[in-house]
Parts: sequence; C-alpha cells; structure tokens
Amino acid sequence: MPISSPSKPLLILLLAGFLAALLSVSIGSTSIGFGDTLRVITGSGTELQQTLILELRLPRTLSAFATGGLLAVAGALMQVLLRNPLADPYVLGLSGGAAVGALLAMLAGAAGFLISGSAFAGAMLATLLVFGLAHGSGSWTPSRLLLTGVVVAAGWGAMITLILSMTPASRLPGMLYWLMGDLSHAATPWPGLIILVLVCLMVFPLGRALNVLARGSLQAAALGVSVRPLEWSIYLMASLLTAAAVTMAGSVGFVGLVVPHMLRLVLGNDQRLILPACALAGGTLLVLADTLARVVIAPEQLPVGVITALIGVPTFLYLLYRSR
Amino acid sequence: MTRLATEALIIDIPGRSSGVPLNLAIEPGQVWGVLGPNGVGKTTLLHTLAGLREPRSGKLLLDGTPLDGIRRKTVSQRMGLVFQDRQDGFPATALETALIGRHPWLSPWQMESGDDLAIAERALIELDVIHLKDRLVNTLSGGERQRVAIATLMTQSPEIWLLDEPTNHLDLQHQTAVMKLLRQQAACDRGVFMCLHDLNLAARWCDQILLLYPDGQACWGPARDMLVTSALESLFGQRLLSAELDGFPVFVPG
Repeated sequence: MPISSPSKPLLILLLAGFLAALLSVSIGSTSIGFGDTLRVITGSGTELQQTLILELRLPRTLSAFATGGLLAVAGALMQVLLRNPLADPYVLGLSGGAAVGALLAMLAGAAGFLISGSAFAGAMLATLLVFGLAHGSGSWTPSRLLLTGVVVAAGWGAMITLILSMTPASRLPGMLYWLMGDLSHAATPWPGLIILVLVCLMVFPLGRALNVLARGSLQAAALGVSVRPLEWSIYLMASLLTAAAVTMAGSVGFVGLVVPHMLRLVLGNDQRLILPACALAGGTLLVLADTLARVVIAPEQLPVGVITALIGVPTFLYLLYRSR
Repeated sequence: MTRLATEALIIDIPGRSSGVPLNLAIEPGQVWGVLGPNGVGKTTLLHTLAGLREPRSGKLLLDGTPLDGIRRKTVSQRMGLVFQDRQDGFPATALETALIGRHPWLSPWQMESGDDLAIAERALIELDVIHLKDRLVNTLSGGERQRVAIATLMTQSPEIWLLDEPTNHLDLQHQTAVMKLLRQQAACDRGVFMCLHDLNLAARWCDQILLLYPDGQACWGPARDMLVTSALESLFGQRLLSAELDGFPVFVPG
C-alpha cells in the first residue's frame, strides 16, 4: 500500500502530542503560562515552577501519553488479528484479568508495586487462558477467539463483583478508582514509554505482512506470510502492551477501540502508518482526557477512564450503527 | 519455468474414506481445467496444491523439491492462488489490493517502489479495472472484485497460477478476456490450473482436464480425451447433448 507522504500525518500528530503535553503540564491548581512552561523545560524558571512541572505534572503527563499510546496500538493490533474493526484488548478480557489481579492484591492489603505486578500477572494469565481455550484441539478462527474472549471477560466481570462485595467499605474507593482508570497512582512512565517505542519499532517491518493478514489468513499464507507465528506474536505483543497500560493506569476503556478507528477513517488502512499514528494519537487523546479529569471538578479529580468512556461509548455506538 | 507435480496425492475430504491417488504434473505451458460436481473437493485440491492444507497422504513436488521443505515466501514467488471468496474486513482500494501481490517479492523493510506500482497498474489495465483503482473494493460489483483478485495474482506474477472458478461473476466478454489472458500466461511458459463449472469454457480454453468424482475417483489427461459426453454425463448425473463447433466440442443439458 503506497503512502504518498507517510511522515506528514505523523509529524502533525507529533506536534499535536507535544502541544497537548504542554497544555497538560501548564494547567492545574496553579496555572503556569506557556512561556514559563517552555522556560522550565529548557532548564530555567523559578524553583517552585520547576518542582511543580518536572516532578509533579510531567511524570503524570508522560504516563498518560504512554498509557494512551499503548492501548491504541494494542487495539489496532487486535483488530488486524481478529479481522474485526470492533475488536479491542478489553473485549478479550485482558483488562478483566488485570483488574482481578489488582483487586485481589488490594484486598490482601498490598500497595504500590505489588498491585501493579499483580495486575500484570492477571493480564498475562487472561491472555494465556483465552489463547489456550480458543486454540483448543481444533482450528483457531478469529470468531472463536473473539467469542472465547467475550465469555472469559464476562467471567472476570463476575469475579470483580464478587471481590467488591467481599471488600470492607473503607477500601472500596481505591478499588473503584482503579477499575475506572486513574493516573494519579502511576509510579513512573518510563517502562511504558520504552515498551511503546520498542513495539513501534518492531511492528514496522511487520507492517506489510499485517496489511496482507488483514485480507484473511489463507490469502496471507498464499502470499508467503507465516500466518501462525505472525498471529501469535501480534497477540502476545498486544497483550504485553495492554498489560503495561493497565498496570500503569488501571482499566481505561475505549482508547484502543476509538483511536485506531478514527485514524483509519482519515489515513486509510496501511498498518505501517496506522500503528505509529495510533501511538501518537492515543497518547495525545489520553493526555487531554487526563487534563480534563484533573480540572473539571478541581480540586477533586475524576478518574480518566470516566472521560474516555464518556467519549468512547457514543463513538462506539455510532460506529456500530453505521457498520450495519 | 516451474513444474508442480503430485505423487500419490490423496486430498483430505472429511467423511470420504477412499480416493484415487493423483499422480499428475502441471507443466509449463499447460492450461488445466478441473471439473466436478459441488462438494467434490475442487477447492480443497487447489488449497492442497498451494500448500495451504495438509493432504491425507502423498507428496507435492515443486521443481522436484517437496513443497513443505520450501519457505512459504519462496513458494509464493513461484505459485499463486485466486480464492473463490475473499475477506474485505478492512476497506482497501483496488490498487492497494492488487499491490499486496508484491508482498512475496519485498523484504520486510522495503516499501513498495515505483516499479511495484507500475506492475500493479499494468495488471489492473490488463483486467480492465484500472478505472476503478481508487475505488474501495467492497463497493465494487462481484465481477469487478473478481477481476481485481485476478489482477492481484498477476501482480504476484508466479510461475504457477492456481485459480478457483476464475470466471465466477464475470460477464461473457470478461469471461473470454480472462480465459485469453490465462492462455497468454501459459504461452509464456507458465502453468495454469483452475476449477471450472462451465464445460464449454473448459472445452474451449483448457488443454488438460481433471475430472473429480464424488466417490473419490478421478481421471485426467488431454482435454479431447476427457471431454467425452458419456464421462461428463456420469460425472454430473445429467444427460448432455453435444455438438462440435469450429473444432471445439459444445455441451448443453439434454
């Protein structure tokens, strides 16, 4: 698939991401002008401004960017894997597994790293469960994988309800915030950002094979693609991306569905363009959503997942309605 | 010049216990037609020949080398397949669709070059769909999509062309154009192997015929020996009238 000028949309998205980040670190309980913000980033500015931006706001902004990018790329990969534009890592129960992991850790009284680690383990367990069951003894078809994922996700949903109903009321708010997606507990953005960049570099050489795979697995095999290994690596990559995102910010819904879809409408279907564009646009969207979440009812904060869901649900329904 | 041969090949049809082992070869320059009633395994045979399905027993040899010992990418440079049905889950234009035929010829890091684009456009011109090149494939008619699919195979430009009912959905003019194109390819020392339902197209354009019977029996050979009214009548369970026009046999239901 020929790209006339692949760099132009990516440059625009990069610029948008940068502006969104600038906005995000400027706005807050104490607003700082763009000029001052730029001065802080280049190394000057007052000490208070430096602390506020570099130590408090920038890590959170970067976490938001990484989470959004990870989820959008994971969504785009899952959609190619299932040949279904409405697929999303959450539909396959990955976030459900992560949530059960995190909530169990919280119920046991763990904090910080233990919750993240437990969420990661839960996401990977969900991955293995869905893939193992969908693989079964027979052939592995996208619809079977999707159906297995949906049913397993329903199972995770029941377990989440069970855990919540057994939890003493004092611990519930933290759990609910985690379930809705919340960036205020994100520890460090770097692992997420590094995984995002690495995966983007890895998928570029796979891009054309993914384009062919989108035409169906038999067609892809006839054109020389080793279908099964490619499908496995996409699935594992998407799971890793989702697990990393969920570990950082809890379950933030709909980014993985909406961002790839909107980009496809504008940029077409070349995965070599769509995947890096997803990383940038998903990151930008979540930075903006998180900024909103911080300021709408300041000084209280909304969980960012509420904002993305409020944008995502109508968009999803609209797409579903149109696809008929 | 590439040659695909089968050695005692029995295709895997669920529920069929026996079958005549196939020992045939698609030689450069030949145009094969596979005839048989619905569900007899024509598509399964094509997929097995392309290496997309395991046979129940027997071997496939591409230029003397077992097919399963050759890298998929190398296989797809030498052998291509037009499927009977296609997935258009994600919309793509006719040009983009033809261009995926270049996939086997490019390394992972390579983008499609101007040459690749020219090859794809030439194929679209040849199949008379160049005026649709920027249209989304899922908005095209059945016949137009069929021609785009054949253009994709032409862009892939393998030595062996496998086609599953290539004249499906095509109007009379384009049926003839496609069959002429396939003959041209054979004249350039390529091997063509296709499933057909139209006896008259097979009689007019194929030089080798394979008849597949529901009970697993099969026979094959030069078209003039195979296209015999009595054999075709028992193949389809249908009485046929035949005549000869311009040196080609013509069959109509009797």
